Amino acid sequence: MTRVVERPAGAGLLLRVVPPGLYAGRARVLVERAYLVNRRAWLSLVSGFFEPVFFLLSLGYGFGQLVSAVDGVPYPAYVAPALLAASAMNGAIFDATYNLFFKIKYARLYEAVLATPMGPVDIAVGEACWALLRGGLYSAGFLAVMLGFGLVWSPWAVLVLPACLLVALAFAAVGMAATTFMRSWQDFDLVQLLVLPLFLFSTTFYPLSVYPAWLRAVVQWTPLYHAIELTRALTTGHVGWGLLGHVGYFAVMAALGVAVAARRLGRLLTA
Amino acid sequence: MTTPLVEARGLTKSFGSFEAVRGIDVEVHPGEAFGFLGANGAGKSSTMRMVSCTSPRTGGELRVLGMDPDRDGPRIRARIGVVPQLDNLDTELTVRQNLEVYGRYFGLSRAHVRAKAVELLEFAQLAERADDEVEPLSGGMKRRLTIARSLVNDPDLLLLDEPTTGLDPQARHLLWDRLFRLKQSGVTLIITTHYMDEAEQLCDRLVVMDGGRIVAEGSPGELIRRYSTREVLELRFPPGEQDPEPVRDLAERVEVLPDRLLLYTADGDAALAAAHARGVRPVSSLVRRSTLEDVFLRLTGRTLVD
Ligand SMILES: Nc1ncnc2c1ncn2[C@@H]1O[C@H](COP(=O)(O)OP(=O)(O)O)[C@@H](O)[C@H]1O
Ligand SMILES: [Mg+2]
Repeated sequence: MTRVVERPAGAGLLLRVVPPGLYAGRARVLVERAYLVNRRAWLSLVSGFFEPVFFLLSLGYGFGQLVSAVDGVPYPAYVAPALLAASAMNGAIFDATYNLFFKIKYARLYEAVLATPMGPVDIAVGEACWALLRGGLYSAGFLAVMLGFGLVWSPWAVLVLPACLLVALAFAAVGMAATTFMRSWQDFDLVQLLVLPLFLFSTTFYPLSVYPAWLRAVVQWTPLYHAIELTRALTTGHVGWGLLGHVGYFAVMAALGVAVAARRLGRLLTA
Repeated sequence: MTTPLVEARGLTKSFGSFEAVRGIDVEVHPGEAFGFLGANGAGKSSTMRMVSCTSPRTGGELRVLGMDPDRDGPRIRARIGVVPQLDNLDTELTVRQNLEVYGRYFGLSRAHVRAKAVELLEFAQLAERADDEVEPLSGGMKRRLTIARSLVNDPDLLLLDEPTTGLDPQARHLLWDRLFRLKQSGVTLIITTHYMDEAEQLCDRLVVMDGGRIVAEGSPGELIRRYSTREVLELRFPPGEQDPEPVRDLAERVEVLPDRLLLYTADGDAALAAAHARGVRPVSSLVRRSTLEDVFLRLTGRTLVD
């Protein structure tokens, strides 16, 4: 019997650092699977694209009639990059929490996966990558809308898509890690309770200067704030070295998230 | 002397302070069909999960395909097929995709899994349902798909945890036929079951498990010879009216069940005639060959019916 076994590609570094029992270097196959599943459920995929567009039309242009500019930036152009970052966050979190929980609790998908040479790190990385791809797709769509409305004028904006991918990856990783601690659907109300204020208060619709000093300090620690700083700087062209700080923030968040998620998934699924 | 595919010494599994497997010794040799027979809760699934390297052992020694599951889990899993007690098919994929994607988890190429899926759909008699959803399939079909899926990597060792539980007789016989073919093609099988007929049909050798321990080991025939008699006479009574005393000396052993007496004897017809002669009037009677059920009853004092 001949076996055609593919060498894991592009997994070199992880393969060397992670114990072989936890990682087969085949996270890609889970992305393949997600692609097959979503190819059939494309409607739910597409609907995620419209949400930020509606926000842009209603708040950016509707509300924008009353507010001419923030920090010298026309209001729609001020809100649009924030919506871009928020949609990267929302898409990633949805995939990494609800969908992951369903697969752990009800579909018992991962139990089947772990009976093959695949390990929990393959699952964590694979699912995070899918969430990232999906988030990236939404971001690209919304970015096209922004271009169409003439809301992007800096050449730095070419970097906004990779920035969104990093943001999506970080939120996906942390969302997955959080999901491994959830016991029932009720716990997901907590996710809503966290995500909604993040969306509303992370300088999405008005600048940080509106807040008193103590609240400013709090907001500056939250992830969506960093994401919005990053996307807004890139689309409006206010670029400086400080942006690397935001990049570092998300790199750490992603690494921690994947590490915790993989560890917890391994425990959860191999009693 | 061939090296065993599975070798366990003093193998244990605990969940917290509860010991589900309490030190078992097992050897499974290439080409064999080996069975774990036991009631619910005996520790069969826990044992199977340790052998399939999906659950770490608590204590004792375990080698699968000559390797240590703690260290070489992925390498072992690459060469075994697993049919878990409860189907865990991918309900978001079609029947065919279930096979193809599963093959991909093993690192098999797309072209290879595509061809393999066609072959396995044929084997599992699911070719007509290839592009259907998984959810509407019947229990028997899902089970066949799970078995087909477990074969996608051409395993050297196939682990089947209660492969036919909950299926109707027709579906069971179809599954047995498929398993028999696998066995004849040289695949080593490990099967857990609480069906006696299944163990007798499929297993060359088996162990009887009870409360996390192995209480007997041998071929079905050996076990029946050792722990039972050639024939069994069943005398049925209205519940509560069965009295073993008048027939106690007519058999080697008499077992009292809620609605009947079981008389273990080499000659059931003779025992029945003698019982009639003593004026014992059962509602009905039956002389049958001894089965593993009788062995189990003898060893554990319980029936397997749950
Ligand atoms: N994950 C688990 N956590 C706690 N107890 C368990 C777990 N799995 C099995 N058990 C217990 O271990 C015992 C043996 O279970 P199992 O191996 O599934 O038996 P069988 O497959 O023979 O029915 C049962 O009492 C069961 O309740
Ligand atoms: Mg079981």
